[in-house]
Amino acid sequence: MEPRLKSFYGVEAATRDAYGETLYRIGLENPDVVVLDADLSSSTKTSKFAKAFPERFFNMGVSEQDMMATAAGLSLTGKIPIASTFAIFATGRAWEQIRQSIVYSHLNVKIVATHGGITVGEDGASHQAIEDIALMRVIPEMTVIVPADAYETELVISEIVKFNGPVYVRLGRAKVKPVMPEDYEFSIGKAYVFRLGRDLNIIACGVMVKEALDAAEILRERGIDAGVINMSTIKPIDEDTLLKAAEAPFIVTAEEHSIIGGLGGAVSEFLSSAKPRPILRIGVRDTFGTSGSSKELMKYFGLTSEEIVRQILESPWIGLATKGGKDISTSLVAK
Amino acid sequence: MGVYTSRDINYLKEQARLLRIEILKMLTEAGSGHTGGSLSSADLVTALYFYKLRHRPSDPFWPERDRFILSKGHAAPLLYAVLAMTGYFDKALLKTLRKLGSPLQGHPSSRMLPGVEVSTGSLGQGLSVANGIALGLRLSNSPARVYCLMGDGELQEGQVWEAAMTASHYKIDNLCAIIDLNGLQIDGPISAVKNIEPVDKKWQAFGWNTIEIDGHNMSEIVDALDRAETLKGAPTVILARTVKGKGVSIFEGKVKYHGVAPTPEELEIALKELSDGAKA
Repeated sequence: MEPRLKSFYGVEAATRDAYGETLYRIGLENPDVVVLDADLSSSTKTSKFAKAFPERFFNMGVSEQDMMATAAGLSLTGKIPIASTFAIFATGRAWEQIRQSIVYSHLNVKIVATHGGITVGEDGASHQAIEDIALMRVIPEMTVIVPADAYETELVISEIVKFNGPVYVRLGRAKVKPVMPEDYEFSIGKAYVFRLGRDLNIIACGVMVKEALDAAEILRERGIDAGVINMSTIKPIDEDTLLKAAEAPFIVTAEEHSIIGGLGGAVSEFLSSAKPRPILRIGVRDTFGTSGSSKELMKYFGLTSEEIVRQILESPWIGLATKGGKDISTSLVAK
Repeated sequence: MGVYTSRDINYLKEQARLLRIEILKMLTEAGSGHTGGSLSSADLVTALYFYKLRHRPSDPFWPERDRFILSKGHAAPLLYAVLAMTGYFDKALLKTLRKLGSPLQGHPSSRMLPGVEVSTGSLGQGLSVANGIALGLRLSNSPARVYCLMGDGELQEGQVWEAAMTASHYKIDNLCAIIDLNGLQIDGPISAVKNIEPVDKKWQAFGWNTIEIDGHNMSEIVDALDRAETLKGAPTVILARTVKGKGVSIFEGKVKYHGVAPTPEELEIALKELSDGAKA
């Protein structure tokens, strides 16, 4: 029996809450799933699984490096380990354990990290991972997924358990508004196109999908036709959808992550040779996070829909995009 | 049952001698690699593969097999040589060590060579992996055991002690760690670079049973491996005092041979010494 899905459709909730519930449901169905945490199970929401299946839950204490390599060992006996902690500790503290003991050995370990990005809020920069997508994406063969809402998280978690290979999933602490439609089906490596725009396309992931959708609405009122794509799988990136997005003359990426090495990096790397377009990367601009409420920080780092609109309108490319239409690429980029 | 179960000490000593010859030949052919630490662990690994481990070289993924994790991955030549000698692959492959396209990578790669349980080479990670395997086997009610060989310089890695806490917390007694205490690391004597002693008290303080032996005395090695299997309720570590480069006098106790392969001339001297050992 498949775990009951769609319980988070249309629900405003933190992606970590959807994870905790889904993990528990998967635990009921799949006896091979084991879960590891590094003393943060009440925050990562693995605690429900831990309570229900204590023999399959391993609290590793504050030992992230040990946790990742232990997960590698568990996978070698046919178990499906899911290791959780905060994104910065998972990908920063234990990066080399993930690279060496998990991915280089191509082991079936899932790393589901919560507290990605600046919406961690009050804890400040030490706990706000703005580099995790880059750190995971640079490892060969790694799969990197950033769900946009609670519903997509539910689908993602169910899907990765069926997938054989190492996966990194980035979740958040704060509540997010629902964005994905009920008939949405997640598959690894497939982006979801809300709509394609004539003037520009915004490619977003995580909490930025909602902001991008709102930004597109504001732009439409100003006569600018902006499309929105949820690029929830950042690696392997959906190249077909990127090529379609690049039919528009101007590309915008939006992520709750450094503008270096994350979604913006991945999109730029592909399109720069496949279909060059001017790309505006919206994200944290090579700076550390800071304390504040998640709402304040979204504004402070220029990540709200209004800030996305402002940055697009201030971009030198927008005038050309709306006036020159599709000819922008031929006028600006040598063929 | 595994294939190799001989407890005959003379037989095991002879296999260790042959193992050292294979190691030195492949290192010389490769022109680079880790001589000292491969030789210091040779007797320990001989006892594991020719006596203690329940394994089937023709079926490297046999689910009931005991697992061996070479956490000190730089001793790869030792692992490759013992895998070849016990029949995992043709000995001719040993000549390809460290060469482009060879499954015998500079450090062991599980994706390229059956018989290697997990890729190692970055120190300090193997004991955690071994814990994970042991926990998984226990969950599956498997009788298989896990052995993890570490170096002494490796004990400077913090993760080793995270894993040491995990093993005692979870009472992982289907695991036996073995530490090759040869006393030297790349930059010099461990006592000079960063002291790790008292090793026995450290492991005891972390909740482990300790068995201290001469890591070149085959009787002591097999006795220790047998005894470790009988100790329940806590993990066990065998602290094996060894000599780096053991078996060839020109390499013994020399820091230089940590990461340097023998020259053809040195190989000739070494092979003569090892063949004299057979006559003795």
